Amino acid sequence: MSDAAPVIEARGLSKAFGGVHALRDVRLAARAGEVLALLGENGAGKSTLIKIITGVYQPDAGEILLDGRPARFTDTRAALDQGVAAIYQEPSLFPDLDVAENIFVGRQPIRAGRVDWRTMYEEAGALLRRLGVRLDPRIKARELSVAQMQMVEIARAISVNARVLIMDEPTSSLTQGEVEELFVIVRQLRDSGAAIIFISHRLEELFALADRVTVLRDGAYVDTRPLAGVTTEDLIRLMVGRDLAELFPKQHVAAGELALEVEGLGLPGRFSDVSFELRRGEIVGMAGLVGAGRTEVAEALFGVMPAASGHIRIDGHEVTVSGPEQAMALGIGYVPEDRKQHGLVLAMSIAQNITLPTLRRFARMGWLSGAAERRSAAEDATRLEVKMSSLDQPASQLSGGNQQKVVLAKWLSTNPQVLILDEPTRGIDVGTKAAVHQLMSQLAAEGIAILMISSELPEILGMSDRILVMREGQISGRFSRAEATQERLMAAATGTG
Amino acid sequence: MLTEKKLAPARSMSLAQLASRFRELGIAAFILVLAALVSLRAPAFLSVDNFRDILLNISILVIVALGQMMVIITRGIDLSVSSMIGLTAMMVSSMLVLFPWLPMPAAILLGLALGATLGAFNGLIIAVGNVPPIIATLGTMSIYRGMVFFYSQGSWVNASDMPEGFRRLAKASPFGVPNLILFAVAVLLLVAFFLRLTRAGRDIYAVGSNPDAARFAGIRAQRVIFTVYVLSGLLAGLAGVLWASRFEAAQTNTAFGFELQTVAAPVVGGVNIFGGSGGVIGVVLGAFLLGVIENSLTLVKISPFWQLAAQGLLILLAVVFDAAVLRRMQKRGS
Repeated sequence: MSDAAPVIEARGLSKAFGGVHALRDVRLAARAGEVLALLGENGAGKSTLIKIITGVYQPDAGEILLDGRPARFTDTRAALDQGVAAIYQEPSLFPDLDVAENIFVGRQPIRAGRVDWRTMYEEAGALLRRLGVRLDPRIKARELSVAQMQMVEIARAISVNARVLIMDEPTSSLTQGEVEELFVIVRQLRDSGAAIIFISHRLEELFALADRVTVLRDGAYVDTRPLAGVTTEDLIRLMVGRDLAELFPKQHVAAGELALEVEGLGLPGRFSDVSFELRRGEIVGMAGLVGAGRTEVAEALFGVMPAASGHIRIDGHEVTVSGPEQAMALGIGYVPEDRKQHGLVLAMSIAQNITLPTLRRFARMGWLSGAAERRSAAEDATRLEVKMSSLDQPASQLSGGNQQKVVLAKWLSTNPQVLILDEPTRGIDVGTKAAVHQLMSQLAAEGIAILMISSELPEILGMSDRILVMREGQISGRFSRAEATQERLMAAATGTG
Repeated sequence: MLTEKKLAPARSMSLAQLASRFRELGIAAFILVLAALVSLRAPAFLSVDNFRDILLNISILVIVALGQMMVIITRGIDLSVSSMIGLTAMMVSSMLVLFPWLPMPAAILLGLALGATLGAFNGLIIAVGNVPPIIATLGTMSIYRGMVFFYSQGSWVNASDMPEGFRRLAKASPFGVPNLILFAVAVLLLVAFFLRLTRAGRDIYAVGSNPDAARFAGIRAQRVIFTVYVLSGLLAGLAGVLWASRFEAAQTNTAFGFELQTVAAPVVGGVNIFGGSGGVIGVVLGAFLLGVIENSLTLVKISPFWQLAAQGLLILLAVVFDAAVLRRMQKRGS
């Protein structure tokens, strides 16, 4: 198998956007029956590469070979017709169309010149059964969970008899269990002879799934290696181009006074009887499956959706948090999970984003003092090493990692004493991840109490002093750093312990 | 986890469906209540004649609103429909004054071609020029209206100048029902068929529902968007011909302000102003509701100014309702 000729091969691909080289002389080859991992930091050119392979972009130079013959994909349709399908990072379902139509969109079965809905539902049902997914093909995509959406996208890819299937971070919003189910399906597809190109930031996933790995860095090809015999450290070195001393630079900080006490917090239908405490200098990890109520607890603490019962004490004083503004005044900061939806105003500049929660400080009788605002924003941006061309650059132009830094800068500008981070490193590259972890460690050392919600167990294990696990709206496990293991956390999260 | 979530959609699905069903049922119920109230004050409301009047009054609206609906499904809006109606009405009428021997099918074809051309111009600006639809059609609304003045030099085409055949085009009822209503029904069936049973029709929903995904799925979104503006123009062209025939006149201000009603009917009828969803039944119900309101306010002798206010209120209610339903559904989905 390993000597087989590649099904798809890219040679010497280059692509520039307005003078900026996104790809330079990149190559890649995937064989039938293998999973090829594509690895690189954000901005390394992975997405551009797969968009060229699937016909979204046209390369400036280089060629794509399909079965050894040169192929030209003028658009995604041409690529699909030849069996090259992709599941993109961006959600690419149609919320208003049903499952069957989402699978066959643009290729609906036609009989007597008309869309044949019956055949479409039958074939969609058959495809979903083949994937082992029980899903009504008549449900609108809007109603699906993230995992179900992924299954529909896979069904779409299979329905074109894809010989090359590209998956761009398909696991970034799945829980551990859903990832396992996804992998079962991916292995099935691989064993049936498809070439699969798999992109993920979670290195442990690549080891579990992929046969070989191709690494890109700064738009250039670095190396391709079999995964057997490669270590995580090797991969990180290849990706970052330098040794990463530690991905999880947790410093030991002696826990200080109580910063936050939560007692019997509850909100009907969301969570109940949640009690815990945070001390200054502590990082407390909160693990659990998606939907376990972690974000809801965070939102209650920040006053987005206040709790219905229970007590919150800050520095020993009982408080009621009825809204974010009040939470900020109490010294609570919250970095939400979904950067684009809650964390950033993408159309606004970096400076404006950073000073958004503290604008009042720069206002004199209702008029903003631009100079003071910029000075403060510049300070925060420098502190976090945001890579930007200027403070006036719109946040939408930044990479995911840098966006996350801006969100962090924004909340740090409020001088929080208690900082709640919800999935602080989701979907950002290893380099930025390490930087965010470094920063967390530093903030803890400065005496800030941090509550970190994360679905990545290595991050939880690597960064937390103590760990809380939530399941179905309740705290189902409490572990010290020493006693926590991946298995124990999973058991508490799923209730299978 | 998957097994847990597999169960969830069934419930939220029925809620969502209920919401969209409720919309059409709701309008129907509202129409019935209104009809009952009005018939108490003005028994003439329930007569067959009055019913036919209402249908006649909304036929042109239905035709244009169906085109508008397709535009709205792609997240666009076509404000220029009223001017396209005015321009085709003027040009086709003038043609018929000059060449009274022209057969009616030719007059209709002329209207369709003219409307499609004007629509294609909109489509080019929006799909190729990447101009927001509301701006592009706001511009062409003025341009096309200006062309009416330019073409007619400010003069009108009156009933006495029109050939007999043309005046009868909309009103005659060789099949027992006025032609105008038959035109509306035919367009309705064609649009329903097109949207439900052709790939091009499905592409319209796909592009409106998620434009980026449409591109990834190999749908030529630009072409789809161009097409809906051509169709909107085409139907406005047909409406222009019928308008001139029905009112036996083509004036410089023909259909002035009509674009609001063509937006109101779909929006009231459940076509989501944010794109992606909506259907012909909703548009017909929406148009019918507008027609009933207009008719009943006249019958119970309420000032026509109230009609505008009532229409505006309905649009607002519909949009607020849509937004609320959408928010609920998204909350459930997440």
